[in-house]
Amino acid sequence: MNSEVVLEARGITKHFPGILANDHIDFDLRKGEIHALLGENGAGKTTLMNILYGLYQPDAGELYVKGRRFTTHHPSESIRAGIGMVHQHFMLVPVFTVAENIMLGAEISRYGIVNHRYAEEKIRRLSKEYGLAVEPTALVKDLPVGVQQRVEIVKALYRQADILILDEPTAVLTPQEVEELFIVMRRLVERGKSIVFITHKLKEVMAVVDRITVLRRGRVVGSTVPAKTDEMQLAEMMVGRKVILQVEKGLAHPGQLVLQVEDLVVEDDRGATVVDHLSLEVCSGEILGIAGVQGNGQTELVEALSGLREAVSGQVIFGDQDMTRKSPRRRIETGLSHIPEDRRKHGLVLTFPVADNLMLCTYYKPPFAKGIVLQEAIIEEQAQKLVQQFDIRTPSIFVPTEKLSGGNQQKVIVAREFSRPVTLLLASQPTRGLDVGSIEYIHQKVIEMRDEGAAVLLVSAELDEIMALSDRIAVMYKGKIVATMTAAAATREELGLLMAGGTVAGEEAPPTAINA
Amino acid sequence: MNLGRFAFIVATIAILMLLTIAAAGGSLSPTLVAVSMLATTLQVATPLTLGALSGVFCERAGVVNIAIEGMMLTAAFFGFIFSLYTHSIIIGIIVAVLIGGLLGLFHAVLSVTFHTDQIISGTVINIMAVGITGYLNRQLFFEGNVPHAPGVTPTIHIPLIADIPVIGKIFELQPIAISAIVLVFVTDFVLFHTTWGLRTRSVGEHPRAADTVGISVYFMRYMNVIIGGMIAGLGGAYFTLESVPSFEPMMTNGRGFIALAAMIFGNWTPLGSWAAALLFGAAQALQINAQYFGLPIPSQFVGMLPYLLTMVALTGIVGHTIPPASDGIPYEK
Amino acid sequence: MAEQTVNDQEGQDSDQQKESLPSQLLQEIAIPILAVFTALVLGAIVIYAAGGNPILAFQGLAEGAFGSKQALSETLVWSSPYIFAGLAVALAFKGGLFNIGAEGQLAAGAIVGAWVGYALPGVLGVNIPTPLHIFLELGLGSLAGFIWGAIPGWLKAKTGGHEVINTIMMNYIALLLSSFLLNGPMKDRSPYNVIAQTPEITASARIPRIFAGYRLHWGVVLALLMAILVWWLLWKTTVGFEIRSVGSNPNASRYAGINITWIMVLTMGLSGLLAGLAGAVEVAGLNYYHTFSFNVGYGFDSIAVALLGKNHPLGVVLAALLFGAMRNGATRMQFLTQVPVDIISVIQALILLFVAADAIVRWVYHVKAPREELVLTRGWGH
Repeated sequence: MNSEVVLEARGITKHFPGILANDHIDFDLRKGEIHALLGENGAGKTTLMNILYGLYQPDAGELYVKGRRFTTHHPSESIRAGIGMVHQHFMLVPVFTVAENIMLGAEISRYGIVNHRYAEEKIRRLSKEYGLAVEPTALVKDLPVGVQQRVEIVKALYRQADILILDEPTAVLTPQEVEELFIVMRRLVERGKSIVFITHKLKEVMAVVDRITVLRRGRVVGSTVPAKTDEMQLAEMMVGRKVILQVEKGLAHPGQLVLQVEDLVVEDDRGATVVDHLSLEVCSGEILGIAGVQGNGQTELVEALSGLREAVSGQVIFGDQDMTRKSPRRRIETGLSHIPEDRRKHGLVLTFPVADNLMLCTYYKPPFAKGIVLQEAIIEEQAQKLVQQFDIRTPSIFVPTEKLSGGNQQKVIVAREFSRPVTLLLASQPTRGLDVGSIEYIHQKVIEMRDEGAAVLLVSAELDEIMALSDRIAVMYKGKIVATMTAAAATREELGLLMAGGTVAGEEAPPTAINA
Repeated sequence: MNLGRFAFIVATIAILMLLTIAAAGGSLSPTLVAVSMLATTLQVATPLTLGALSGVFCERAGVVNIAIEGMMLTAAFFGFIFSLYTHSIIIGIIVAVLIGGLLGLFHAVLSVTFHTDQIISGTVINIMAVGITGYLNRQLFFEGNVPHAPGVTPTIHIPLIADIPVIGKIFELQPIAISAIVLVFVTDFVLFHTTWGLRTRSVGEHPRAADTVGISVYFMRYMNVIIGGMIAGLGGAYFTLESVPSFEPMMTNGRGFIALAAMIFGNWTPLGSWAAALLFGAAQALQINAQYFGLPIPSQFVGMLPYLLTMVALTGIVGHTIPPASDGIPYEK
Repeated sequence: MAEQTVNDQEGQDSDQQKESLPSQLLQEIAIPILAVFTALVLGAIVIYAAGGNPILAFQGLAEGAFGSKQALSETLVWSSPYIFAGLAVALAFKGGLFNIGAEGQLAAGAIVGAWVGYALPGVLGVNIPTPLHIFLELGLGSLAGFIWGAIPGWLKAKTGGHEVINTIMMNYIALLLSSFLLNGPMKDRSPYNVIAQTPEITASARIPRIFAGYRLHWGVVLALLMAILVWWLLWKTTVGFEIRSVGSNPNASRYAGINITWIMVLTMGLSGLLAGLAGAVEVAGLNYYHTFSFNVGYGFDSIAVALLGKNHPLGVVLAALLFGAMRNGATRMQFLTQVPVDIISVIQALILLFVAADAIVRWVYHVKAPREELVLTRGWGH
């Protein structure tokens, strides 16, 4: 395999204030190959790709496309050079149709009037050619994420891209959708396209790529091919030390019933029923993991449990108290702790100092307040204590929380939520976007909470996380719990199938499902 | 525009009309009162319609424009002054439109380039409009020797439409009122059927997506805010060149803000905004007609009606509205 | 930081924190001072262009504002409503709400205050002792302001109806209501009165003056006390914690169990209360009656005062003194140089422009931007 190099980066260096994001990175992509860029969050993968895509300018280093020196100051220049990027957060306008999204900026028009029919035909042709089924007249917001991703790929092909950069493309997909994506990727390289596949998932790398380059803290730490390596070795390269891929935890000792959800119905902002007559139970001392593809009602379920969203019907019971119509504060006071899925939006007041964020749920209670007067000395003392206890890296407790790194911001939330007596913990995507060190830390804390007798409801889009932490697993699909099982009895294949709306063989064999 | 909101608008206008007819008592024929009321509605809805369209252009591109009031006031003043000294209403209108565009440019510089909070930026323009027009107005008119105003725009008799018996009278309108109606449909076409519209909407919804495919977010925002400003300027010309041939400080009286509410109530669409503008216009028409026919309620309370209706419309009781996703958020590369 | 074990976000800066307090303070006040300076320079150009003498004009302005004891007293008297209303707007900003309705709330406070002042003793049929009468007058006046402000707050929290438009609508409603009351039920019926104004308030309802011969009254002291009270409320109490938390991140506040509906209503209510107090104090301490349109302009000016004072009570007091001085000195300026009083409006608008769009000032004077950013109300908040 010694074909032409279509894309090359030499000595790319990029500084951000206080951090060296890319440190003399060398990287090349050959025609017709899938090349994985592997590294954990913050390793500098996205920075490198944004440089290729003209979103950032490198401080040093050169780029070459098909042997020629290439500089880019804007994505449109990269597009012209044949580079197409599928971003982790899709660059699609939800209220536009598929066709409008694909042609945006390269519209087919006459006298400035858009010719929709012609554009739609062209898109249909492309989608047939590459086996990427998309309906040009559908609204993007109505499509499942897997299809939206296909739209992004078609969008790149429409602009005649032959180098495709896929940034964490599997993060939002079900295992089945991942399989489909891999088939598409293989088909694309067969037809002469070349793909950079950015990921931090080892299994996927082993499954689909031709070559692997590993990044760590902005540097290339090694290049290899799947045949010559294994997951353990890749993980070690990625993190820089031995990594325990399995979370260590003892057996669960479930106690009395803590959370009981009965026949719960919740609607989303648009009035659609997204939690549909759902029932579940969590006992103290156990972790119930909710597996499911994002957008199947998990967010609304968690919001209904924490009191942020009103339930249409059904019941939420904590211990023996009916909480269905109670305020968030009332629930917090009965022992609810909550790690929200979007820490910057929901977890923290970023402009507040660390100390105030640590007190965000308790500031009004003695001894932190007397009447309505805040007791600053006591608040500061408590904040200092928590900063030490939870190892929050911050210059001081008076620094605005936005100055902290993502991992430390998450620790502020964990410190706040775990420093109260906890009977029920709602953890929603607790490790999203964090590095391995922080992930291990959070996992360990969640298990500690369980062992101290808290009931834990874990919602995560990462199947690995669900399988590693949970004692029991419930699969959520279209607002319903479609199956519940013990973690020991669960397999990836089975969960994946259930998450995609299939049923497991033995109950009722669907036509396409093959026995796992 | 959803059905509930449309029904609400029609029903409210009907009620307002019945009120006027009742006020007129038996002294005049109900048809005559209704026709007069509708004609007034179309007329007084003009600045509201134009203001709302101004908002549609700006906000579809992602820039909140609460400066419509100030743009209209300033344009009304300068349009009037220029018509005085040139004795030409047309030049006055052109100046008003240009002044509006200039303030649009100013709003764009502040909010797009300097990332000033868009509502603050708009407020600055509103306050400056009051200060500057008030100051210049006093300066000019205390010096005396002010030439006579050339009057207001003539009523245009559109053949066929104006010849329809009875209701033809409703459509005997002046040029700015007519252009407002035409602009409603032009805006709708531009926004939803042209490349320009597609790109405008894309920078208002998801500017980064637009940027990555080579659309200049800043250029689109600048142009649309300037266009919006020009339309608001035309709305300003209505006050001093079409309605009455004089200028008074703060004469726009909150119409710019009501126009903005009409845009929100119309869910950021040209046709919806127009319908809402007609609703608020009808409330104002009632006030005018009530005085004329002697409604037994203090005029101040009838005068509150457009403002109260605006507040009711904003509650979302009649249909929830969704603004463009990136409306009001400065774009940073 | 020797070892950055935990970082995931690219582009974090870590230890730029240890700036000395004086330099931080300097940064805080640099922009407002440069903004005022630039506005004055541009104002001078406008005066010059209009054929006036800017130096003479500013000299007159300064003399009129600070040139004598009488002038100083008048400057303080002029500043008092700016302090109240500026605090009102600043408090709302801290809660993430933009109160453009100080005008209407002020009118509500003035109307109710005036009524309590001239009519309540008659209605009750007793003579109310002075302290109690003033207390009722200011208390009920500010309550009216509270209600006038709380309504848009409630609409925002419950329906998402934007407070910017609703407070403006409430201004017009207040204006029309004033017009009705002052021309109708509350109009002074004495045969000498031809304009829309209330009868004079009784002697028991008048805030005493501090020095004989000067109009300076204890209401000005009340304004300063209010500034301290607002500071204490915002930074030393749980209520202030909640207001600032909701103002910075309503989502996170909801997650943390704060009742954001109540806090929004309360914030707008308190904001309205302060504006209402401005109106009531003007009636009780200065005019002794309420007349239609005495308050036109305070609503917008108070936004400028709040922004110029960086939404901090101390800053608001200083900005209010500046605005009061300019308004007061303007008459003397006009007398000396024939430059019309209205030029002050232009200069104030320019000050507001440069404070709000501080990027312009930074750009002109090459002042580096601190990380802090004034995030107010963006978009329509649906």
